[in-house]
Amino acid sequence: MVPAATTVTPQAYLQARSRWHPLEIAFWLATLLPFVLFPNYLSLASQIAITALFALSLDIILGYAGIVSLGHAAFFGIGAYTAGLISKFGWGEPISGLIVAAAVAGLVGFALSFVIARFRHFTLIMITLGLGLLAFEAANRAHWLTGGSDGLQGISIWPVLGLFKFDLYGYTAYTYSLAVLFVVFLGARRLINSPFGLALRGIRENWVRMPAIGADSRAHIRKAYTIAAAIAGLAGAVLAQTTENVSLESISFQRSADVLVMLVLGGAGRLYGGLVGAIIFMVARDQFSGIAPQYWYFWIGVLLITVVMVLPNGIVGGLSHIYGRWRRK
Amino acid sequence: MLPPVFGVLFDGLAYGMLLFVLSVGLSVTLGLMNFVNLAHCAFAMLGGYVTVTLVNEFGWPFLATLPVAFIAAAIVSVALERTLYRRLYRSSDLDQVLLTIGLAFISVAIAAYIFGTTQQPVETPGLLRGSVNVLGLGLGKYRLFLVGVALVVTALLVAGLEYTRFGAQVRAAVDNQRMARGVGIDVDRTFASTFALGSGLAGLGGALAIEIVGLDPNFAFTYLVYVLIIVSVGGLGSIAGSFAAAILIGVSDVAGKYYAPELGAFLIYLVMVVVLMWRPAGLFGRR
Repeated sequence: MVPAATTVTPQAYLQARSRWHPLEIAFWLATLLPFVLFPNYLSLASQIAITALFALSLDIILGYAGIVSLGHAAFFGIGAYTAGLISKFGWGEPISGLIVAAAVAGLVGFALSFVIARFRHFTLIMITLGLGLLAFEAANRAHWLTGGSDGLQGISIWPVLGLFKFDLYGYTAYTYSLAVLFVVFLGARRLINSPFGLALRGIRENWVRMPAIGADSRAHIRKAYTIAAAIAGLAGAVLAQTTENVSLESISFQRSADVLVMLVLGGAGRLYGGLVGAIIFMVARDQFSGIAPQYWYFWIGVLLITVVMVLPNGIVGGLSHIYGRWRRK
Repeated sequence: MLPPVFGVLFDGLAYGMLLFVLSVGLSVTLGLMNFVNLAHCAFAMLGGYVTVTLVNEFGWPFLATLPVAFIAAAIVSVALERTLYRRLYRSSDLDQVLLTIGLAFISVAIAAYIFGTTQQPVETPGLLRGSVNVLGLGLGKYRLFLVGVALVVTALLVAGLEYTRFGAQVRAAVDNQRMARGVGIDVDRTFASTFALGSGLAGLGGALAIEIVGLDPNFAFTYLVYVLIIVSVGGLGSIAGSFAAAILIGVSDVAGKYYAPELGAFLIYLVMVVVLMWRPAGLFGRR
């Protein structure tokens, strides 16, 4: 954020930030390329879109409001299981399934947000970790409902809008995930560039001072946390619907850790950070794990240390820094 | 004759003592520098693998490898502290979490590369095998040994912190870091030594843990959760707190496995979340 030399009104500042940059349009056009260039990788592309959506939801609370969460997969899992169960019990219509899953995850998120907003720092990290582990254990133990470690079987999803059946090659799956991602992204972009988004950034920078200028930190955090939980639930629901299967992995600590890594790699506190991080992470994992799956995490570790030490704002942060310098020349 | 519930209590106590040795170092370093070190159990794992290698490859007796496990973990941790950790003392929680999770990931991959992903066996001396009969309870000798080691460690730590010059410096730095710097205590050096000591204890704990819980490359993450729970429940920087929390968690875990196996780890996580909501600074925490 470069403060302009001349005085800028808050309205003008937010308007300037919400204007679409040509690079953004190029980015979204590029997401259509897999249809033409990699038709064999469409199911991977669909996974990437889902993961990017999940990373975007974490970005709202971690990148903007500064709440570190080690248990965000709980909401992803709740959304996935909700969507899976609705379809298992006879209602396979995808879009209404999405809405219900997001609502359930959002409700749970709203209930937990009262806890989250009360704590900071190490205690908060431990509470989010504990809640995430509790959710995992609950899903693991409720074998009669979730299928436990066998996964939730017997999901069948009706065609999207009654027209497009989920096919083996992932054409529908990728179109569907990408559409959800884009719609949610528009919403998130609007949210972040609103006064509310600005207040969240204020809370991240100084938790004590924000209430003094009239923005109650806790109320803002509760709202942001609920929204993030709903989006994470949406991402989980899309995964359940496109793969027609929900495994315990979708609610595990591993997923919480992975999404954190992606977001930080891409750049937390930037709308495109989670998206870019998800693309790099998922493509790299797809390529590396073919060679030696158990050493994949060695490279993740090296990557994490490098990002923390050398690129504190992630890849997108580094790139925009270079771009900004180039523009000023 | 004592009813079998005492046997369960004893097993829980021994397990708690093991967890205490594993976690006390993290508690002190977290309290001292507010540094969230998620790689703590990677040092414990290092100690475990040092012991396994020395016993199985070089034929050392088990007991002789314990000091080596301590020293190896301490040396490696100081090397990392000097090169990586110290740059992040002033950074956000998130950066510290990321750096140390990265280190833990790397340690898991390296352990899998060198030793494979199978459980490592280790032979304990005959002296520590079998059990002794006390009032009708068969108490495992190795578990008695664990309790003994933990009590010695606790006594040394408490005495060291209470009665030595170094201990006074550590306490001063935990209480008020800026003031401690102001009166001329080299807090960075105090921290490096404390960090080495804490990681060394973790290494010792890792070596002691092999007989009870086994050793495989996932050790760095499996026990990290337990260690973090103990530290946060006990309160940062409090040895007595860690001790009490370790017994609480050890006994509830073992008792839970005996009497309510269907709950699994649910109980432990629940205990942690409830305690933290009730007292965010932990049972014995001051801040």
